[in-house]
Parts: sequence; C-alpha cells; structure tokens
Amino acid sequence: MLDEALAAYVAAAREVGNPSSLHAAGRHARRLVEESRERIAAALGARPSEVIFTSGGTESDNLAVKGIFWARRAGSLNRSRVVASSVEHHAVMDSADWLGTHEGAQLSWLPVDEAGRVDPASLASLLASYAEEVAVISVQWANNEVGTVQPVAELARLAADAGIPFHTDAVQALGQVPVDFAASGAAAMTVTGHKVGGPVGVGALLLGRDVACTPLLHGGGQERDVRSGTLDTAGVAAFAVAVETTVKSQAAYAQRVGDLRDELVARVRAAVPDAILNGDPADRLPGNAHFSFPGCEGDALLLLLDAQGVCCSTGSACSAGVAQPSHVLVAMGADDDRARSSLRFTLGHTSTLADVDELLAALPGAVERARRATAWKTPR
Amino acid sequence: MSGGVDSAVAAARAHAAGHDVTGVHLALARNPQTFRTGARGCCTLEDSRDARRAADVIGIPFYVWDMAEQFKADVVDDFVAEYAAGRTPNPCLRCNEKIKFEAVLDRAVALGFDAVVTGHHARLGADGLLRRSVDEGKDQSYVLAVLTREQLDRAVFPLGDSTKARVREEAAERGLAVADKPDSHDICFISDGDTQGFLQRQLGDAPGDIVDGRTGERLGSHNGAYGFTVGQRKGLDLRVPAADGRPRYVLSITPVTNTVTVGPREDLEVGVVTASKVIWHGESTSVECDVQLRAHGEVYPATVTIEGDTLTARLTSPARGVAAGQAIVAYQRSADGDIVLGSATITASAPLATARA
Repeated sequence: MLDEALAAYVAAAREVGNPSSLHAAGRHARRLVEESRERIAAALGARPSEVIFTSGGTESDNLAVKGIFWARRAGSLNRSRVVASSVEHHAVMDSADWLGTHEGAQLSWLPVDEAGRVDPASLASLLASYAEEVAVISVQWANNEVGTVQPVAELARLAADAGIPFHTDAVQALGQVPVDFAASGAAAMTVTGHKVGGPVGVGALLLGRDVACTPLLHGGGQERDVRSGTLDTAGVAAFAVAVETTVKSQAAYAQRVGDLRDELVARVRAAVPDAILNGDPADRLPGNAHFSFPGCEGDALLLLLDAQGVCCSTGSACSAGVAQPSHVLVAMGADDDRARSSLRFTLGHTSTLADVDELLAALPGAVERARRATAWKTPR
Repeated sequence: MSGGVDSAVAAARAHAAGHDVTGVHLALARNPQTFRTGARGCCTLEDSRDARRAADVIGIPFYVWDMAEQFKADVVDDFVAEYAAGRTPNPCLRCNEKIKFEAVLDRAVALGFDAVVTGHHARLGADGLLRRSVDEGKDQSYVLAVLTREQLDRAVFPLGDSTKARVREEAAERGLAVADKPDSHDICFISDGDTQGFLQRQLGDAPGDIVDGRTGERLGSHNGAYGFTVGQRKGLDLRVPAADGRPRYVLSITPVTNTVTVGPREDLEVGVVTASKVIWHGESTSVECDVQLRAHGEVYPATVTIEGDTLTARLTSPARGVAAGQAIVAYQRSADGDIVLGSATITASAPLATARA
C-alpha cells in the first residue's frame, strides 16, 4: 500500500463506528465514507452518487454483468444477450458464462486482433443484427495480461447509440492511463483498491444514476440499494487516498515507467532475438511487457527467474496451481505452444533501472535452460 | 511432493541436510476433479494445498508441474492396454519409471537441479545400492527396482532408515500438518477405487468363455477378461461345480481367444518364472537369491539367470498366483537391508514339474 493510504487506513481503523449508525461515532464514520466517495468521484470524473463501494473488482464485475442483465431482462424478456470481449478477465467472462448456463442468456464474444484489440466495427456489426436483444455489453479498459488498451470511448458510444448499457472493467487501467468515467461514456465501470496502492478487498462499481441494476447481495441496502453490507470505513478511506494519489501522479508515472518498460523491451529483444512482444506495441499499459519465448515453457522460466530473485507471471493458473494456456493469447490467435511459452513482466512505482539490469542478467541463461527442459517432451 | 507425510518429511530432511531444495507437486490430470474427488489420492486440490503448506513450513519454493499428458500416455493408457493384453500391470511402478524418474527428472536436470528426492521407503546409500527400507511393512523397493543405474544416480530417498511411525513423529515435530494424514492405498487415477468399473468404462464389454484348464470344458462366460487376475477365486460366478467340489482359481488369461482358464489351487503353483525388460545391477548373471513376484508379496528363494533381455528364475519352492505384467524383483539377502539386484517384467510362468522335465 502507498504510505498515504496506509496512514489513512490506520487512522480510520482506530476509530469506532459503523457508518450506518445514527449516533455521533456512526456519523463520524459516515462522514469519512462520504468524503471518500466524493474524492473518488472527483478523481474519476463521476458523481458521488455513482460510486458504489464493493469488495473489489470481482464483485463489481459480477454486479455489473449480472445485475444489469437481470434489470434489463426484467424490463423486456427479449433482452437476454450478453456481449463481451473474448479477452475479458474471468470475473466478467465467468459471470457471462454463468448467465448463459443458468439464466438462459445468449452470449456474444467480440473477437480481438493479434494485438488483443477489439475492433469497434465488430461491435457495430453485431449491434446491427442484435441491438434489440442485447442486455449489457462489457469490454475491459485495458487487458490484464498483455496490457492492450481498448477503444472504450468508441465502443461506449456505439452502445449508447443503441440504448444499451456499457460496462468497462478499468481495474488494470486506473492509475496507468487517464481514466474518466463521464468522458468515457460508459454506464458502469469497475475499479479496485489494491491495483492503485490501496487495500485489497475494497473496490467500487461506478454506476450511472439512471442505470438499472439488480442487486447480487441482499440486506441493508447500504449502497444505493444496489449493494448491501456494512461498509469498511477504513478500507474506503484508504482506497480514496490511493485513487486520488495515483490519479494525480498518473501522467508522470506513465512517462517514467513507460520509458523503463521500453528499455526493458528493447533489452529483452536484444538478449533473446526471437522473443515476441505480445499486445499492442504502442497503445498499452505503461508498466506491462509481455513476451512469448519460443521453445520455452513459461512455468520453467518462471521457476528459473524466481530462483534469481525476479518475480514474473505466466498468466493464470487453475486452483491446483497448474499454469493454463491463456485465453487472452488464444483469442489473439496464438497456438497452445506459444500461449504456454509466455511470460509477463510488470513494472510499477518502485521499479528502477537496477531491476531491469537484474532481469537481463538472469534472462539469457534462464531461456537457454528452459529450452533444454522442453526437449524432454519431444519423443525419443 | 504429493501432499502426503512421506514426501513432506523427505523434502524437510533434504533441506535440513543443506541442499537447495525446490518442492514440486505433480498435476496428473488437466482437470484435477476428473480423477479423484474423495479424501485421499495423489492429485486432489486438497493434496496440492497440503503440499504447498508443507513447502511453506519447510521454507522452500514450491511449484506445480503439469504432467497430465505424460501421465495419461505412460501410466493410465499403459494400465488399460496391459489389462487388455491379459496382463496385470503395476501403475505405481510405471509412474516411478516414466514420470518421477524420467519426465520429472529429465526436466529437473535440464533446469539445473542435480537430483529428484522422493518420500519412498527404500534405502539408497553412498554405496549406490538400493535396499529395502528398515520398515519392512512400508518398503517400496519393489516399485523402485525398475530404475536404471542412471536414474538411481540422480535419486535420493531420505526416508529409508526410518519407520513410517518415526516419519509421522518427525512430521509432527517439524510442525507439518500432514503428520496424521491417512496413507493412500488405491490407484490414484481411479477415483472411486473401483478398478473393474474403470476398466469396463475404458474397454467396454468383451464377452468370452471361462474354461477348465485340465479338461478344456467350457464352464461359463465372462464380460471381459480384463476383469480377472491370475490367482483370483471370487467372482467367477461358475454355475457348474468342480467334480471334487473344491474351489477353482483363475490360472491364466488368453487375450487372443478372450479366454479365462480356471482350475484347482495346485495348478496355480509355479516354479519357473520368465521375464523381460531386464534391469540388472548384479555383477553375476546367475545367482542364488530371493525373488518377489508382486507388491507386498512374499519372497521365494530362487536361482536367477540373465541371458540377454530374458530373466529366468527357478524357485526352490512353488509360488502361487504369478501374473504376467507384474515385476519380478531379485534381492540379495543382507544384514543391512536386502539389496535389489534387478527387476524385470513377468512374461510367463510354468509349474515346477514342467521345469524339471
């Protein structure tokens, strides 16, 4: 957590008070929550009433996809189609799949090009055929694996023209690229605390005031009757500080980390000439560098780099811990081998040139060893 | 690290001995739930978590390696094919041979590791000889005897000098939560423990005859010869009683004619065993030694001769229920733990009388 966010958390956590209580301590907590809501709204181009606090990105995505679907279908049984990109985070993808399996929803997955980008024309053509059926559209602001930034404003405009609520998962984008809810034209937007130096377990769904959304959780109706549950005052306060701080420093951060990332990419390419940079070469998150290393298995590289103090990521793993071929890379047209040979390096606030040096010191040897380790798979 | 107590203590001992140890859990099914969903086994989510927690407590890095493809090809498919061919395979042995000390070992060596450490109960000391564990009841040298010299040179078995009870005590002393986790017994890829049902699903119905080994008379029918193992007495479901009223046993399975041959207990007696795919560590190719003919089976004194890729064992007293496909493992008696001389896969057996003739 950012120091400022941690300080805000500790200060608030020392205080007694449920923001829904009517006594003085409760009112004090409520004030802190509402000030936090205002700060977040101001930082993200939203109205305070549009900020619905949740437990984080997964809940916000579930609430947006399922809640808006249910509300829209309640209005018209015809509206039972969910549209999402084929590179969404599992919180969106699995919510849509669940609606397909359990609620009779039709699903339309928007394709991406080899850079992982959704072409607005594909949404336009889908809407030309199905606009009357679509309940909700969800396309992430930026991809969590390959870092590609999506043309959210264009997609949102197409959705708005067709009168369909557009949700965007901006978890990865916030703090990395400029994010403005009102300017984006989205009806709903997911953000979360721990990606911006705030606490884990606190996030928000920004939900336009006129967007109907059926609750997932029932109870006290604390958040605009769309979300129930006692609010985590300290978490909310720290989240607000983190959002405000990160948004304020976004431009400078993107410049510094983007330069560092470009340095990393250039040096990886020099060290491993056949390495393939995945994702959009220009329009991508500043801290993201995602490569395929032909002939290597990502999990072997991870082990070798981990042993040298370099933490990187292979993408997703199943609950038993087995690395799975990324659906994002597969959607981008990669075959199974290329998907399995991929590794993501993420840079952030604390990253320095020394970290890049350390990676490059370890990488060539690791790639060579990982290639040898792949050889046992070939029939003897 | 399977998630059980043995591999956890083995890893802890290797770490305590000063080695640079990395914990690896093998995912043996792409979708772990497709294998075992019960409380015990080698590839459940619970086991993966238990292994991870043990690695945390020991303080070593931990990764899950996906061996599902190799495991299916080399162990599961082989298991089914062996039954289909009328033999009785040992999948744990095959897993040691092809997965733990081949796929895992080769990958580990390529990645820069020197050896694979497992929690098997067997001794492998500085002399390079593979010996039975001090805990005779838990000894696993039978399913390790298939390892070649090269494989043994990169294997470490830290538990061989301890009883299972001692291993559990040590796990508790080391704060490993798996200390009192029950042992696994069944075949890990058969989730409900129903081997016959598993084979039936894999191989389908294949009706055939059950015949008398002495008279050739057809006594009944079966739904698949894979459902029978040499020495089996129960489940024959024969309507015709034997002339002398004594129980009958499965003597052999003939896949070509899909026939199960049965007969009296004494016809199960075997005096000569021949085997192929020989792994031999002994210096002499003709030795007086003990042989073991199945996992946890008794040992028989025998004269073992190696000629090319054929091992022949002449038993001094008859053994019963020797099944093709099982391993024959030769041991040299030793006060420091019987020494594995070699191993081979049983291809045929014959009664003593035939052998003398």
